[in-house]
Amino acid sequence: MAAESSDSEEEDLVSYGSALPALQEGERIKKPVPLQEQTVKDAKGRYQRFHGAFTGGFSAGYFNTVGTKEGWTPSSFISSRQKRADKTVLGPEDFMDEEDLSEFGIAPKDITTTDDFASKAKDRIKEKARQIAGVVAAIPGTTAFDDLIGPSKITIGVELLRKMGWKEGQGIGPRIKRKPRRQKPDPQVKVYGCALPPGLSEGSEDEEDEYQPENVTFAPKDVMPVDLTPKENVHGLGYKGLDPTQALFGVPGREHLNLFTGGSEKTSDLLGDLRHNKGRKLGITGQAFGVGALEEEDDDIYATETLSKYDTVLKDEEPGDGLYGWTAPKQYKSKKRFETEVKYIGKILDGFFLASKSSAPSKTYPPPDLPRDYRPVHYFRPVIAAGNENYHLRKTLEESTGKLENDTTQQSRHTLNASQRRERLGETVLKGPAPSVLEYLSEKDRERLKEVKKTSEQQMKAKMLPQQSQNSRFQPAPANEALQKWQMFLGGQLANAGSSDFKPFARYPEKQKRYESFVQSLKQGQKVDTLEHYLDPSMTEWERGREQEEFFRAAMFYRSSNSTLSSRFTRAKYEDDVDKVEVPRDQENDIDDKESAVKMKMFGKLTRDKFEWHPEKLLCKRFNVPDPYPDSSIVGLPKVKRDKYSVFNFLALPEPTTSVAQATNERIQQNNLNKPKKPSRWDVSDKEKEKKDSISEFISLARSKADVQQQPPVPTTEECRTETNETLPSETANEDKDQEEESRPPMDLFKAIFVSSSDEKSSSSEEESDEEQEPTVSVINSETTKQVDLPDSSSSNVQENVAAATEPGLPLPPASKEELDMAEEFGPRLPPAFSSGPIQQQGPVVPASFPGPSRKEKHKKNREKHRTKRDHKHKKEKKKKQKKHKNKGKHRNKKSEKDSSSDTEDSSDSLSDIDTTGLSPKELLRRLKQLQH
Amino acid sequence: MAFPRPRPGPAELPRRRVRSLACGQGAVRAARFNVDGNYCLTCGSDKSLKLWNPHKGTLLRAYHGHGYEVLDAAGSFDNSQLCSGSADKTVALWDVASGQVVRKFRGHAGKVSCVQFNEEATVIVSGSIDSTVRCWDCRSRRPEPVQVLDEAKDGVASVSVSAHELLSGSVDGRVRRYDLRAGQLYSDYVGSPVTCVCFTKDGQCVLAASLDSTLRLLDKDTGELLGEYTGHRSATYKLDCVLSERDTHVGSASEDGKVYFWDLVEGSLALSLAVGRGAVQSLAFHPTLPCLLAAADGHLQLWREEAFEEEEQGGDGGGHAPP
Repeated sequence: MAAESSDSEEEDLVSYGSALPALQEGERIKKPVPLQEQTVKDAKGRYQRFHGAFTGGFSAGYFNTVGTKEGWTPSSFISSRQKRADKTVLGPEDFMDEEDLSEFGIAPKDITTTDDFASKAKDRIKEKARQIAGVVAAIPGTTAFDDLIGPSKITIGVELLRKMGWKEGQGIGPRIKRKPRRQKPDPQVKVYGCALPPGLSEGSEDEEDEYQPENVTFAPKDVMPVDLTPKENVHGLGYKGLDPTQALFGVPGREHLNLFTGGSEKTSDLLGDLRHNKGRKLGITGQAFGVGALEEEDDDIYATETLSKYDTVLKDEEPGDGLYGWTAPKQYKSKKRFETEVKYIGKILDGFFLASKSSAPSKTYPPPDLPRDYRPVHYFRPVIAAGNENYHLRKTLEESTGKLENDTTQQSRHTLNASQRRERLGETVLKGPAPSVLEYLSEKDRERLKEVKKTSEQQMKAKMLPQQSQNSRFQPAPANEALQKWQMFLGGQLANAGSSDFKPFARYPEKQKRYESFVQSLKQGQKVDTLEHYLDPSMTEWERGREQEEFFRAAMFYRSSNSTLSSRFTRAKYEDDVDKVEVPRDQENDIDDKESAVKMKMFGKLTRDKFEWHPEKLLCKRFNVPDPYPDSSIVGLPKVKRDKYSVFNFLALPEPTTSVAQATNERIQQNNLNKPKKPSRWDVSDKEKEKKDSISEFISLARSKADVQQQPPVPTTEECRTETNETLPSETANEDKDQEEESRPPMDLFKAIFVSSSDEKSSSSEEESDEEQEPTVSVINSETTKQVDLPDSSSSNVQENVAAATEPGLPLPPASKEELDMAEEFGPRLPPAFSSGPIQQQGPVVPASFPGPSRKEKHKKNREKHRTKRDHKHKKEKKKKQKKHKNKGKHRNKKSEKDSSSDTEDSSDSLSDIDTTGLSPKELLRRLKQLQH
Repeated sequence: MAFPRPRPGPAELPRRRVRSLACGQGAVRAARFNVDGNYCLTCGSDKSLKLWNPHKGTLLRAYHGHGYEVLDAAGSFDNSQLCSGSADKTVALWDVASGQVVRKFRGHAGKVSCVQFNEEATVIVSGSIDSTVRCWDCRSRRPEPVQVLDEAKDGVASVSVSAHELLSGSVDGRVRRYDLRAGQLYSDYVGSPVTCVCFTKDGQCVLAASLDSTLRLLDKDTGELLGEYTGHRSATYKLDCVLSERDTHVGSASEDGKVYFWDLVEGSLALSLAVGRGAVQSLAFHPTLPCLLAAADGHLQLWREEAFEEEEQGGDGGGHAPP
């Protein structure tokens, strides 16, 4: 029974394949054999080779050693005197490896029909002998049966032909008379077109027979049938693969082993012919074989393959064994033939013959020499396409930065100063100061001049100083007095300054160098006059003065920052572009237009932004999608560099498509487009269309509405909002809601900033009232919003929200509770774990093992957090309230920080907050008490 | 000899609660069908992930390994792997059979609110409240995401993946569609925080649920509004929206404990199912059958069409529906 039941169980299962062997306890799963170790081995455990020595491989005896385990053993000496008689003749297969003789080798040992079974028309003598033997034998006639049994190799067609008198080598057809002598071609005959080479135009009779009697007929010549097999391979025209029977001359195996059965008799005859001509016995000749160790004959070791073996004369037809080209049978060579040199070896295809004139060699042009540093890869620079929309972008960019990223080099030409230009041009630095008149004066004169100059300058400065603003940067040639002052000012601080990490002119190394030496000398307390010596002598005086002041200022700045900060920072290893910041090239443009478009349900062009976006190459690969930008190296949205502090970074660029005017245009277009369409539910009603005819009007209307809503009398808006929510069609409700969303954030922000204690108070009170279940809420709501028939949904809405966050009876682990708190940070919240419905059933669900201590802890924290007046008053209230405070407080903060989750729920909360601000704490307390009853 | 297929009958909607399972995972943050709809995943707030056969009501496996509650999960096309996103800011790749975490992707700066596999389960796309969508490579061992889509200005609430598109719904009120084939980003402004986005079955439209208690059906190519569905309440919570198996109806969870279905074309309210008392946590629609999975009050509920008959009641592990 048990077996049966198990059988029936098994019947239900369908199993495929054989099960894997069960793993032993502790046994490791075998690693799969890596690919490189998956090798084929032969019976002896050696690596299997698929090629023997004859077919490109090499196999040397015992594990790639020679011969046996012991190594190579020379064959023992055998006296040739005794053994001379039975000297064995070695065939090629004696030198072959196993692999050559195997199935895929060059000489596969396959089962072939031996002579006994081959054909009856084989050996006449033998047959005769056998017949005689048959007659003589004990049981006469038995050999007759042998003939019956023997398979015939000759086809029935050949058999029939033979019976009709055909002989091998003859053509088929009635016997014909030979033509008389071939006439010489008429010299007068004109040949048009391409004349055939002489000798080819005529038939191919043997010209050797001079005499042909009239009454003798000949069998027709055996004609090779035209081979009409279509070419199916991809080899070249006339290509024939290596045929082993011909490559090895088909010679050797006759006696030895029936190796090359394919070779026809004729072939072997012909080749035998050849062989005998050469005077060799049994030819294992050619490079492939070499000379065996036991072979005596070594007359022609190398290169028996000579060109002389091939026919060099073009003949028309040869009795068809298809062998011309390979080995030219000499008997076919006609001596009288007009000889044309065939320069290439091989068969000439049927219907082709060699050209008499060689074609002009085609001229080849060598490729140009590549430059040494040429790299074969082209890198595309990211180019901002000068499209329509980009034009504006480009323009603004140019305005903001003065240049685009691309053409900095071009433009910066103008910003170079003289010395930089000089450097670029590779000019030498002028030695010393520009040749001035002073050079040619004597020392004394110079001194005098200077003194005079100084005094006059001082006088000048004294006059000018009051007029000049002290800190104008472009003050030309600062007075020495001012410099003196600078020096005084700086001298002390510079003395104790550390090493000069501060490099204000790092961009201009030359200037920096000058500055450094300047500061150095300043530290040493040198005089102003000598200081001037460190400035660039090639500059004009004005420039020099300006630079000097610049240096002074820089030195002062260095002083102020150095002492405090230098110890804390190190210089950046890599210079980053300080002035520039990467900014997405395209930005989602202003939301205002979209907002209004959404309100009017004009989704489509108005609400859509389209950007060029570059997916990562790997991502495309993983998605089986071709890379849309195969040449770009950008990932994500294309970015551009802009001035860090450019205003344009903070402004959404007004693109032409999004301007209001454009929007109206498009809207009109859309309307036009919409008209022919069949009216849908979503089409705006006529009335509304009228209303929205001018979008600007609408926007202004909306703005004014928003303004109204921002005004303190909130209850009215709240009322209207909820009303619309419940009663009006959704469209208008949405509009209002959106309006509110638009207007509310600033409200919250203001509250968060300015309204401090009173608001806190009120909110806490509100929450407490919330926390009492639905009656509370409804009362408050009805009171605050002056709403008579409060819809059930909105009340439960608020209440649910609160309950969600604070429901005490949650059978949740404390961790997830904390998470709930955490969750209220951004965006849409996660739905509450277990909501409290209108029917309060949560009480009994509270598990007995609710983690008490952790809760208390939390409350403590909360208490610390909220030290408001209200808290003091309600300390004795239920603990859970405080938790709510925390949530609420957080929630509000979040809202003020980033308000994106603008929803009716929140808005109702915040609105009620606002409402309660007007109430005094006493009033609230009174209400609470009322509710508790 | 093939007979012509019978004309498909009128689309049915799930109307009957067949089964309700107590998941025992705290809040069920997400319930998701697998690729063929035979199994489902529930993500619990107790950091666990559970694999069910909802049709038989059996729990197959629980997956533990997240550090905080699990917010979303998805199964691969071959059912061999799962991915899940958690509030511990990680995305995990699970082996279904062994129950082990194969890989954990760290990099999000906030809770991972949604995850999806691509078609061949070679990439996990995850959206987070850190306002990025990250594409993680499952093939290679690299720990960084393949690409970070940081175009959103606020948290990403929902992602959806088609053959060559990524769809993300963000709290900044935009539905962004990244077309990999065309190399374009289409950003549609909806106006209200988007909580859930999905493609229609034909891939031509996009359904977006937002916190103004509205579902919008947008044309994928032009961004035009094709339909608008209201009547439910979704103003606070991240609630799911679904499309029925033949794209005939649009469904959404609601905060009043119901699931609403609208006719896709007409926009009229077709059905509302009272699922639970609180907000319906998560919704999933069977890929081929009129069969709805709803999570509410810590329970997983399976809803079928009216004509549906249950074969046998074996192995109903869960408790019964709350009243």
